[in-house]
Amino acid sequence: MTAATGAAVGRGTVRDAPRRRRGSPLRRLAAELGMIAVALVFLFPFYVFLAVALKTPADLAASPLAFPTDPALQNVADAWSRGDLGQALTSSAVVTGLSVAGLVLLGSTAAYLLARRAQRLSLALYLLFLLGLMIPLQLGMVPLYQLMRDANLLQTYTSLIIFEVGHQLPLVVFLYTGFLRALPREYEEAARVDGAGPLTTFRRIVLPLLRPITGTVVILSSINIWNDFLTPLLYVGGSAQQTLPVAIFAFRGEFASQWQIIFAGMGIAIAPILLVYFLLQKYVIKGFASGIKG
Amino acid sequence: MRVPYLFVVPALLAYGAVVLYPTVAGGYYAFTDWAGRRVAPSVVGLDNFVELLGAPAARAALRNTLVIAASTTVVQTVVGLALALALHSSLRSRHLLRTLFFAPALLPPVIVGFLWQYILTPGGPLNGALAAVGLSSLQQNWLGDASIALASVIGVIVWQNAGLTMVIYLAGLQGVPVELLEAAEIDGANRWQRLRRVTVPLLIPATTIAMSLTLIGSLKLFDQVYVMTGGGPGYATETLSVVMYKEAFVSGRYGYAAAIALVLTMIVFAFALLQLRGLRRFQVDA
Repeated sequence: MTAATGAAVGRGTVRDAPRRRRGSPLRRLAAELGMIAVALVFLFPFYVFLAVALKTPADLAASPLAFPTDPALQNVADAWSRGDLGQALTSSAVVTGLSVAGLVLLGSTAAYLLARRAQRLSLALYLLFLLGLMIPLQLGMVPLYQLMRDANLLQTYTSLIIFEVGHQLPLVVFLYTGFLRALPREYEEAARVDGAGPLTTFRRIVLPLLRPITGTVVILSSINIWNDFLTPLLYVGGSAQQTLPVAIFAFRGEFASQWQIIFAGMGIAIAPILLVYFLLQKYVIKGFASGIKG
Repeated sequence: MRVPYLFVVPALLAYGAVVLYPTVAGGYYAFTDWAGRRVAPSVVGLDNFVELLGAPAARAALRNTLVIAASTTVVQTVVGLALALALHSSLRSRHLLRTLFFAPALLPPVIVGFLWQYILTPGGPLNGALAAVGLSSLQQNWLGDASIALASVIGVIVWQNAGLTMVIYLAGLQGVPVELLEAAEIDGANRWQRLRRVTVPLLIPATTIAMSLTLIGSLKLFDQVYVMTGGGPGYATETLSVVMYKEAFVSGRYGYAAAIALVLTMIVFAFALLQLRGLRRFQVDA
């Protein structure tokens, strides 16, 4: 589920538009109100989300569209305990955290070689990694499932972490290699003159210089992994290791038409993402603006 | 200093085990009648593909996958560009609005699927809202009516990802020099002409990126369809990914499922190559 891009937009930031005020004040006001109206229509699903998650079943039946007069936080508490969402939240955090750590480590070291060796072999390896941006995971889905089963890894965090690292690597290698190619080599050469080996140079010099792109890697791969559904469903569905999207999926089956509980559970699942997004929105948008999404 | 090849080995092992080997194995199984681990599969040549072309579910899935990819790509690009142009301006609310329009792109597709499944139920909020503004005649059984279910699915995908296209275009708009627009204005170009002749041509790289992301992503579409309609009603919203999943993990027909996945892979590669060629041509011209 990964795709990518050329470097055309590059690491372009979404800076401000040139501040040219055009047209009459009245016209500007109309434009402003027009866009806000568009946004309100666009945000209607979020309104529904809140309205349903915070209503009692009776309230929901009586007035589906009205905002809850007396917010029923009970739904959130119910969803939390009945869906075992605390466990799912832990699973999502463990899988996402460890996978991202693995991706930073494997992706940056691989990219260091791919960017610094201008040989046919390293170029071929780079293209091989990029191929992974296109290959649909469906083709390898059954063979990989069998591999995990034969290795007795199903229903473990390990299976998911291995999968997520391998699956997200093309994107991560692409990001790191692009960044490293634009990075001057002087510091590394100075380190070599001082007698540092490749590993020391990488650890002490290169890795700290990679910090900006590591931020992008962490944001993009965290979101991709946190939201992943199909493979987690296959590997850890129904077990205590299931991640949030899988738990919500099971939840929907269990509480068929008790939408207020389902929505409350969904709210718990997206709260961490929205929280991080509103805190780090500049970086998140910048990461995605470079044209990549899993 | 030469970086030793050892640096790439761990990544290559992970990538090889998770992506390369299983993909190659899947490609092989597409030509077999593999149906489980106990019975050894035998090679059946193109049988799976012949069956696929005759099977209603797979044929519907093939058609729907192409329709979804084409319409999502066009609609999302237009909507994303419109949003970007509107918010690349001096509107006071632009920062807030960018943040809001992009938010759905970060949500788990499963959750977006359930949210919209509820919104689109016959007695649900969308029909309710339509009635409230006097548009009862537009009410539909959005996901239950085979003639519009696919359009509803496409609408949901565009709602979720239009903000992604928007931020790519907003980044691209940074590269459109104000001087050029001003020069065009002095030459008498109106607002539409400046957009058509100056802005849009300079946005071609951003367009290529946004469109290839949308195209490849929508060809592989699974989560939202699986949770909203499961491919129904009938085969109205079946996609290749969904049929493949059902054949593999419900019916246990691994060989046939692999054949469906191989068709999907070929389609993705064909489109990617086409786009790459398109991009090359543009770069030569520019």
